Amino acid sequence: MLTEQSCVVSTAVQPIRTSKQSAISPLRRLYPFGLLLIPALARATDLESVDAAAKAAQSAGDNAWMLTSAALVLMMTGPGLALFYGGLVRKKNVLATMMQSFVLMAVVTVLWAVVGYSFSFGEGTSYIGGLRYLFLSGVDGVPNADYAATIPHQTFMVYQLMFAIITPALITGAFGERMKFKAMLLFMVLWSLLVYFPMAHMVWGKGGLLNAFLGGRFPCFDFAGGTVVHVTSGVSALVCALYLGKRLGYPSGMKPHSVVISFIGACLLWVGWFGFNAGSALGASSLATSAFVATHFAAATAALGWLLTEWIKVGKPSVLGGISGSVAGLVAITPASGFVKPMPAMLIGFLAGVFCYFMVTTVKKKFGYDDSLDAFGVHGAGGTLGAILTGVFATNAVNNALKDSSGNPLPLGLVDGHAGQVLNQLIATAIAWGLAIVGTLIILKICDVLLGLRVTPEHEIEGLDLALHGEEGYIMEA
Amino acid sequence: MMTKIEAIIQPGKLEALKTALIELGAQGMTIFEVRGHGRQKGHTEVYRGQEYVVDLLPKIKVELVVPDHLAEATVQAIVRTTATGKIGDGKIFLSNINDAVRIRNQERGTSAL
Repeated sequence: MLTEQSCVVSTAVQPIRTSKQSAISPLRRLYPFGLLLIPALARATDLESVDAAAKAAQSAGDNAWMLTSAALVLMMTGPGLALFYGGLVRKKNVLATMMQSFVLMAVVTVLWAVVGYSFSFGEGTSYIGGLRYLFLSGVDGVPNADYAATIPHQTFMVYQLMFAIITPALITGAFGERMKFKAMLLFMVLWSLLVYFPMAHMVWGKGGLLNAFLGGRFPCFDFAGGTVVHVTSGVSALVCALYLGKRLGYPSGMKPHSVVISFIGACLLWVGWFGFNAGSALGASSLATSAFVATHFAAATAALGWLLTEWIKVGKPSVLGGISGSVAGLVAITPASGFVKPMPAMLIGFLAGVFCYFMVTTVKKKFGYDDSLDAFGVHGAGGTLGAILTGVFATNAVNNALKDSSGNPLPLGLVDGHAGQVLNQLIATAIAWGLAIVGTLIILKICDVLLGLRVTPEHEIEGLDLALHGEEGYIMEA
Repeated sequence: MMTKIEAIIQPGKLEALKTALIELGAQGMTIFEVRGHGRQKGHTEVYRGQEYVVDLLPKIKVELVVPDHLAEATVQAIVRTTATGKIGDGKIFLSNINDAVRIRNQERGTSAL
């Protein structure tokens, strides 16, 4: 007979939770489903079949959401980021800019399939994974309980791939309109190997140095990649911008050729980010909902924060300002999304909107570096702010995955009384900064020596679309 | 024999001008989207805190060739339909045309207009 107790038996078989895992999904929802089976039930073994059916339903829901999320995150790169960045450059460079995002969709995929997934998520040292999943060996339909016990291992792998694609794509915002294509390709392969895979492993991989949920020495909370994605790419971007030098004629004559195109890209980023953040719950759970809500709220208040600041400082709120603000908020909420409540999410967003405005205007102007598309100002700075604020606002009222030996949820951030988490966040952020700076400098030097980084002045003036790719973005002839 | 009239006007006035010219009997005209300025000042655009002074403003250039006896009436039509009294209204230039040819049948002179 089905009783409340049999529900407890079913919930005993819960997956081991990782930093990206969902909290326990209430199987109570599936109770009516189970009740449908009452007429057929007569023996104890039918409890097992109900349990199996419930688990199958959970897996189906989780897998559906995760595959959707993977698609959303890929959409963030193409066309989201391609359009967002493409509209911000001069017309003669629009295709070259889009090509940088696009080609990474292809190149990183191959790299990931061969070694990337293994280095990121295979067990190895605290700093890098091993070769266990070389050529994706062993990665199939069976769940990997270390990471996500209710979805096929392949789903987890392909979801993470989309993150590996978009992270280097963000860096292209720093060296827009002046980087050689060949050099960029080599740079991106080396950067993935030297910076992204190690960082992803440290924060999310089993045994990673910073992994709060799988045995890390410095437990850091990074739900969807504030440090792994935004700080690393943003800081690398700054290093690139400084190393490559300014565009010819900077800063005059560098207006965005189409804010309309950037607008479309930014909105695709906002929607896609639900896959980025809510998908990081690794299941269709209430934690995914919480992350979804936090993400959206932060984007909203960040847009308002930037617009308000701009309105006061310049006199007119701009569309470019609004969309830039929303992206800044989305960046900042990324590490916090599965750990904070909605109101703190709104505060994080607003602070990011205002903070990134000043990073992109006042600070950039003061130091004079040509971070063409503000990869550092938005991603590096916003990611750093978000990572630190995660230590403040993370609460086990939202995410109770971290438990002590008796199964009680541990306090997470400052609001839970665990002020030391802020220090852990600072450590992780500092490691991300350090790895990005050192790694990028080495890689830039290698690429410079082997291939030369910057296009010739003639090509820069002619425009990269023609010089590097032999095409024009808008021919528009009758 | 023939006069070329080039008028640089505000874009918003084009429709009214075209109607008036057709009423006047103009057989054809060429319209260009151009950018330029005279005494009219430009404006400032701001993108992520970076200011850009834009002093090349969008204008429309209308070009047509008319028989000499219609030149003054054409000028008056242009002024009537496009003047607002403010700086930025535009300019009209007149020049002599040596000859005109209709490509279809090689007619020459004013009958080619």
